[in-house]
Amino acid sequence: MNKDFRDPELAGGLVKAIRRDINDLGRPVRLMEVCGTHTVAISRSGIRNLLDGVVELRSGPGCPVCVTSQEDIDHMISLAYLPNTTVLTYGDMLRVPGATGTLEEARAAGGDVRVLYSALDGVRAAGAEPSRQFVFLAVGFETTAPGTALAVKEAARRGLDNFTLHPAHKTIPAALRALLAPARSQASTGSGGPPAIEGFILPGHVSAVIGRKAYDFLAADFGLPGVITGFEPVDILLAVRELVRSVMARAGGKRVVNLYPRVVREDGNARAQALTREVLEPCPSAWRGLGTIPDSGLTLREEWRAFNAVKRFAGAGGLQSSLHPALGGSRSRAAGISACRCGDVLRGLIAAPECPLFGRGCTPISPVGPCMVSSEGSCAAHYAHERRRHAR
Amino acid sequence: MCLAVPARIVALDGSHCVLDLAGNRLRANVSLVDAPQVGDWVIVHAGYVLERIDQQAATDSLALAREIAGLSSGPSPSLATGNDE
Ligand code: SF4
Repeated sequence: MNKDFRDPELAGGLVKAIRRDINDLGRPVRLMEVCGTHTVAISRSGIRNLLDGVVELRSGPGCPVCVTSQEDIDHMISLAYLPNTTVLTYGDMLRVPGATGTLEEARAAGGDVRVLYSALDGVRAAGAEPSRQFVFLAVGFETTAPGTALAVKEAARRGLDNFTLHPAHKTIPAALRALLAPARSQASTGSGGPPAIEGFILPGHVSAVIGRKAYDFLAADFGLPGVITGFEPVDILLAVRELVRSVMARAGGKRVVNLYPRVVREDGNARAQALTREVLEPCPSAWRGLGTIPDSGLTLREEWRAFNAVKRFAGAGGLQSSLHPALGGSRSRAAGISACRCGDVLRGLIAAPECPLFGRGCTPISPVGPCMVSSEGSCAAHYAHERRRHAR
Repeated sequence: MCLAVPARIVALDGSHCVLDLAGNRLRANVSLVDAPQVGDWVIVHAGYVLERIDQQAATDSLALAREIAGLSSGPSPSLATGNDE
């Protein structure tokens, strides 16, 4: 079905249309995509190359692996070393560095860390081994949170007392607000600041859950356009063209448009929203590179607190990661991380190859920061698909 | 990790379904969608069906893209019967 959205002739025609518009505008435009899957698609499909010199696409905080805080990783690592305890995680999180190492290293050192595809698989694992504690590192955006909520309800239905979450879900609109608020105050005080993002390519599958309206604040509060779109080249080029048109339009005409109507509805998926709301509620959340953002995370509601690993393991040594003998934490790693510019990459302040470690100290084989670990990270996507271009 | 991909429902069984994902069979939870049907194209993510794909909207998006790209509309694409790849 998707092959029509990959048609090279159609994509080529759209690139020409965009180039014509930019020609009329008389200057290039800078946009930001806020979804790891878009980041990969833009790098892999060659879209960045096709739009070279006319539209610059910067990555935002849209890779859930990349924005997970070091503290969350460290907490999970410490749990992995507890006796009779298993840490459950999505595979991409294994190699993400905390301050004390990675979950993969914890596993190699004897910690019990298991990879799962679905949160429900975690409930099944807990059901199969009732005498063992299972802690699920619940990361991901609005797309993933309903699955976590379902898993908690399923664990409750089965009466399991050995399945808990480390809640680390994050929500996209709050992050966009946090990203834009300082830019706006800089603009109003006239003090230079980073080059401005002029519009957003919004994540298709987060939007399937939260709906188009959830982004109206972009236009209303910040005067910026946004376009929700899918992940094929034609989808992305349609969004770029719409955003360029919006930049060309005189002030006041900015809005949030849904160009992914085959999946995204105006109000999103009501069932998914209700399920998330039933089990989880907003909380402050620490984002790697962005700091703590109010109401940008999801944690378990009071009624479901029995499933909160942070509460269950608090005081049991679970939070004392730095004291664990197996977690000496390497100085060189800490030094590497401090030179890593993931934070700037995640805020769109620099493109991945502008980091001095890119391709030198930091590669997918030996990643320094999370943006190189996750295949959806901006650094990894640039490295995997666009290295030749950067070497030019 | 937030990968969500199109697939087609080939069988239903209570709260779960069997999906055809580019030739592979996969089980997924269907609690997030209203009245799923065998034959529906859906988006699947981390073990559950996230949303149904509206074929008519897909056709409309392609028509819009053709118009912007300055291509003649040509024969309309056969989305309903197409394979994902
Ligand atoms: S290239 Fe490596 S060190 Fe540099 S920002 Fe990306 S992940 Fe961090």
